[in-house]
Amino acid sequence: MDFLALLIICVKVLLVFAATMLTVLLMIYAERRISAFIQGRLGPNRVGPHGLLQPIADGIKFLMKEDIIPAGVDKPIYLLAPAMLLIPALMTFAVIPFGSDITLFGRNIPLQVADVNVGILYILALTSIGVYGLVLAGWASNSKYPLIGGLRSSAQLISYELTMGLAIVSIVLLSGSLRLNDIISQQQGHFLSWNVFKQPLAFLIFLIAVYAETNRLPFDLTEAEQELVGGYHTEYSSMKFAMFYMAEYANMITAAALTVTLFFGGWDLPFLNETSMGMLGVVLSVAAFILKTAFFLFLFIWVRWTFPRFRYDQLMNLGWKVMLPLALFNIFITAGYLALTI
Amino acid sequence: MATIIKSYEPTFWDKLYIPALVQGLLVTFKHLLRKKVTIQYPEEKLIPPEGYRGLHRLNKDANGRIKCVACDMCSAACPADCIDIIPGSSPWDDGKERYPVSFEIDLLKCIFCGFCEMACPEEAIELTEIYDFSDYTREKLIIDKDGLLDVYDKTKDKNYYSNSQNLTIKE
Ligand code: SF4
Ligand code: SF4
Repeated sequence: MDFLALLIICVKVLLVFAATMLTVLLMIYAERRISAFIQGRLGPNRVGPHGLLQPIADGIKFLMKEDIIPAGVDKPIYLLAPAMLLIPALMTFAVIPFGSDITLFGRNIPLQVADVNVGILYILALTSIGVYGLVLAGWASNSKYPLIGGLRSSAQLISYELTMGLAIVSIVLLSGSLRLNDIISQQQGHFLSWNVFKQPLAFLIFLIAVYAETNRLPFDLTEAEQELVGGYHTEYSSMKFAMFYMAEYANMITAAALTVTLFFGGWDLPFLNETSMGMLGVVLSVAAFILKTAFFLFLFIWVRWTFPRFRYDQLMNLGWKVMLPLALFNIFITAGYLALTI
Repeated sequence: MATIIKSYEPTFWDKLYIPALVQGLLVTFKHLLRKKVTIQYPEEKLIPPEGYRGLHRLNKDANGRIKCVACDMCSAACPADCIDIIPGSSPWDDGKERYPVSFEIDLLKCIFCGFCEMACPEEAIELTEIYDFSDYTREKLIIDKDGLLDVYDKTKDKNYYSNSQNLTIKE
């Protein structure tokens, strides 16, 4: 690997990191504004134009707050937990392609931090590591509410990880590859070649599982305020608390991007061949990717402020008795279809 | 007699849940686009409806003199006992004999019931639409005769909250 290649990778890493962090800030702002709009309020509109600087003000507030470490916590684990959650959340984005290949300095640069040939496995593995952050935070806090929250999250994530994995399996059956680039190129061309039209059931299951995976309403049992105060992060304050929040939003961004990649053709624009259009194609593809992801991020917020929370037994029932059989059924159908046609 | 309550049997369509979820999403989306109800207080102020019982005022007659004749009816009617009047003979000699030398209302005690306004035989005391008159000390919240007459001047045109001197309305 020569110097230029290294430089390109560094630039890409920085770019993706900066974009993710910026989107996290925007999401915090959007969440507050949209929730306010849905409730007929205005939301934060004082700091900066239309309140756009509100997340910065929030960040400063978090930094200035006293960082309390309660007596009786398991200190190393307590300090490690927020990072355990945030780092995988940020790392997951690395394998997601966010545009068609770009040609600069006579080189072909794929717009993706790392083109891992088992990209999907990488994502599933990292999201599973993220669970440790929640569980450890709950455990190390040495307090009943975080503990319950942590336990709930482990149970919830294990059940929904499974269905999410199975929903992805039916996509992988179609593409025949675990590389995200292959999955995207297999969806290129026509509108109807998007996986969402080929695998509507898998899409639905995946979408629901993703909401459970990211601990968003209607599945936010791990931080159910009414029962658990704050859930796994009850004992956290200041910037460590903010890290949990950042992780939640980073997870959402990755989840939205993954949904787009798996089911909506990634950066692909239907009826266009981006790769043959040069620079314009690159810009268009990145824009398409951003727009599609933005829609799913909006959907996250929209759903949160529409649906009430599930009860714990309902959550487990839905996961094991409805989603899992449906996902298996879907794989069965897909595999049967493929076996008959190929 | 026992009543038979028929429980609701969900149909297959209901059990799919997805249509109901989409319906719910559409409801919130409609609200997202609706006009917001927030009134951004210091810049915008709510104009209270007719008959709102806010800060008191002492009315003036056609000659600009205080209407009150210091009869103490309002003070007697007041359930919170917060009106304090010292009567005196009036400086004018055209029939009006008494007037209040001092007229104080303790706004912290007042419950804004409007009884004073109903009891007054001269229609001299009235409650206005002013609702934002908070202050930092208890002393400042005892309003005296000059203050009450001042409120009359401010509210006689019924435009206290739409008058640009009292607020800047943001459209
Ligand atoms: S409004 Fe009621 S409480 Fe207030 S001064 Fe008048 S009579 Fe008394
Ligand atoms: S305000 Fe009316 S009721 Fe009260 S003392 Fe004056 S005239 Fe009498």
